[in-house]
Amino acid sequence: MGRESSTQSGDVSIVLCGPAGMGIQTVESLLTRILKQAGYNVFATREYMSRIRGGSNSTEIRVSSNRVCAFVNRIDILVGLDKNAIRHLEKRISSDTVILADISSFGAGFDQSRWTFVNAEFTQIASDIGNKLYSNIVSVGTITGIFGIEEDVVTSCVSQRFGSKSEKIVRENVEAAEGGYQIGCKLVDSGKISIDIQPDSSVEEQMLLSGTEAVGLGAMAGGCNFIASYPMSPSTGVLAFMAKHSADFGLVVEQAEDEIAAINMSIGAWYAGARGMVTTSGGGFALMTEGISLSGMLETPVVVHLAQRPGPATGLPTRTEQGDLELALYAGHGEFVRIILAPGRVEEAFYLTQSAFDLADKYQVPVIILTDHYLVDCYYNISCPDLTDVKIENHIHQTQADYRRYELTANGISPRGIPGYGSGLVCVDSDEHDQSGHITEDLDLRVNMVDKRLRKLDALKNEILQPQLWPYENYKNLVICWGSTYHIVKEALAQLGCDDTSMLHYSQVYPLHPDTAGYLNKAAKTVIVEGNATGQFCKLIKLHTGLEVDGKILKYSGLSFTVEEVAESLDKMLD
Amino acid sequence: MDSQNFDMGDIDIAWCPGCGDFAILKILKQALAALEIAPQELVVVSGIGQAAKIPQYLKCNYFNGLHGRALPPATAIKAANPALTVIAESGDGDMYGEGGNHFIHTIRRNPDLTNIVHNNMVYGLTKGQASPTSQRDFKTPVQVHGVCLEPFNPLAAAIALDASFVARAFAGDAEQTVEIFNKAITHKGYSLVDVLQPCVSYNKINTYQWFKANTYYLDETYEPTDRTKAFEKACQTDKLALGVFYMSPEKATFEENLVAYRKDKSPLWQRQPNKEKIQNLIESIKNM
Repeated sequence: MGRESSTQSGDVSIVLCGPAGMGIQTVESLLTRILKQAGYNVFATREYMSRIRGGSNSTEIRVSSNRVCAFVNRIDILVGLDKNAIRHLEKRISSDTVILADISSFGAGFDQSRWTFVNAEFTQIASDIGNKLYSNIVSVGTITGIFGIEEDVVTSCVSQRFGSKSEKIVRENVEAAEGGYQIGCKLVDSGKISIDIQPDSSVEEQMLLSGTEAVGLGAMAGGCNFIASYPMSPSTGVLAFMAKHSADFGLVVEQAEDEIAAINMSIGAWYAGARGMVTTSGGGFALMTEGISLSGMLETPVVVHLAQRPGPATGLPTRTEQGDLELALYAGHGEFVRIILAPGRVEEAFYLTQSAFDLADKYQVPVIILTDHYLVDCYYNISCPDLTDVKIENHIHQTQADYRRYELTANGISPRGIPGYGSGLVCVDSDEHDQSGHITEDLDLRVNMVDKRLRKLDALKNEILQPQLWPYENYKNLVICWGSTYHIVKEALAQLGCDDTSMLHYSQVYPLHPDTAGYLNKAAKTVIVEGNATGQFCKLIKLHTGLEVDGKILKYSGLSFTVEEVAESLDKMLD
Repeated sequence: MDSQNFDMGDIDIAWCPGCGDFAILKILKQALAALEIAPQELVVVSGIGQAAKIPQYLKCNYFNGLHGRALPPATAIKAANPALTVIAESGDGDMYGEGGNHFIHTIRRNPDLTNIVHNNMVYGLTKGQASPTSQRDFKTPVQVHGVCLEPFNPLAAAIALDASFVARAFAGDAEQTVEIFNKAITHKGYSLVDVLQPCVSYNKINTYQWFKANTYYLDETYEPTDRTKAFEKACQTDKLALGVFYMSPEKATFEENLVAYRKDKSPLWQRQPNKEKIQNLIESIKNM
């Protein structure tokens, strides 16, 4: 493999770690916003335990001159809020890691000799201000001091964050940040820490957006006005996002009694002309599968956001995996057409969710947006989504008195009427039905109806998303991936610096793009990167092209791939 | 309006001769005609089973969905377009067994719809197994030693949940049942009508004669706003009372509680996403 040497520069990985309930999320959200405000590219991803208090949760924040948006194993600066943080991240701490911590709070007998510690008196400063709880904000101040961000930017962000609280609380938080800021400046002055990252003023015009928010905003831009769901990590954020904006945007948001009710409600809403969705994870989706089949039979659209987490059963509720592709592919009894989208980037989560509603409406099929914990939970700065060119399609048909819901048509799509719009009657039936929607056991008609429903697969073939090939048109090695691993694989390839290897990323996993065989045949060697144990996408490719992928890089520990491990595995596998 | 407006003409009906479903269909047409509800403004949502075939034989919009799942889409249809008249209709196995959880939570939600349950105390379409309302000791090819589960009491459950409107009717009495259907459909909020109905093929115990001998109508002095009294009546199972058992104090319907209709009364299908507003939201998230 032809390769240039490459080192990480202009990119620092800061990891914050502490027990649940100690405000890690506050630190993270405040810090990322200050950094972005100051013009730094920011990427953040968390890993946390399925508990409300205690344990060890961590957030990785990558700050960079050129934008990076992927999880790395490397920790440059670790802010440890308790001693368990060190134990929790032990495997990731290297001799280059600087651990920024208030060692006095770790208690006597803590052996710090194995690592590079920089002592910072977070707790003392916080106590002096009046409450030990402020030590989080002191740590935020310290990082901003290390970056040399203008102090005004820091204090104004802190004031804004706590603006709704009392004047005293705002003042004390600002003091805590200022105290930390001074520590940071001193650390830089003394040469204990140095950072070389250039801010970029164009970042200020960008927005920090998470996968969850992108799906929620995309749904709203796609005309979604109805969501019924049952809470399940990591999908609940979308429900909460829609609920937060329901009054302003006139959305129906309902927490259903179970996932079965949720999907049946959303299908009912589409039947009456709304644009409905559900958001769920594997276990909930498993309960919805009869509803997916119902959508297929009724030809009443539905949009499902399926945010994957590791299974089987309850699995690891707060971790990530790409293990439900086959569930999404085969969910529901009987044979019918579906579309499965798998956004690779936060901005794509916005645009694909938006388009999911048009696709569902146009083809009258279930559309599944397959994300995962990693994608919905991570966030980074992106250009603000622009709705100027977003067109909302409307496929609702005004009925005439002789309207038949399941008119047999050449492309399989029958004009979809809704009750109360026109003089016709809209009859939909989960039993096999005739063109008017009435139950039938005419077996010739049954065959015609199956064929009609399946013809929609041909109709939608022109709209299958082209997989993204990067960076070379001609390649010797092809690295295939789908969904949330986009930036990880891309950065791994960039790190390896190969001039003969390209990435082929799929944002639509089903129907599989017809050019797939062509892409694979062009390569001397193919490798797939998937966050599951059995290579589910690999199997899908085999099924549709007959082609075997040469190598698999699989991960199913519950953590996302890191750039390093993908790079290392590729390095071993590629010639 | 003439009830013939709801006739489907010469169609093949899959019910057994003498089935109580025929009577309920006729009663429903009469009630709808009396209320002047146009077929275009009516949506009947049903699950699966012999009773759930009712919309197939009625001129109306319908959503014949999954077994046990009539109430969630019915709730959503009403929420998406509150101007529609929505009736969710199925049998006792569908509504009280497979769909039991939805029965509970739909009552809590209180959408303005009418829930008609054909209660013949047996499974018909699957050929004669026990239903949630089968009486104790009822023998079937599956419950060979007789049913030993406590029969589900839908009226008592609904009253316990403070359902907006709770009634029981008998398919063998068209006149009174039309009256009860009229009240249920015009009532604002969730209305339950449990309709006792013989199954001529699989229930040889609870026959027309049995129902006639074991039911009576609540008299004019009965006050359906007294919840305790209503619960007491519902718990009485030696003789089954017929009529309107309970009407809760007026409460907001599910649709009335939806913030989606606070500023805009139009049904959801008439709404387009407001791109400018979404762009403003994006801007506000940017500045957060």
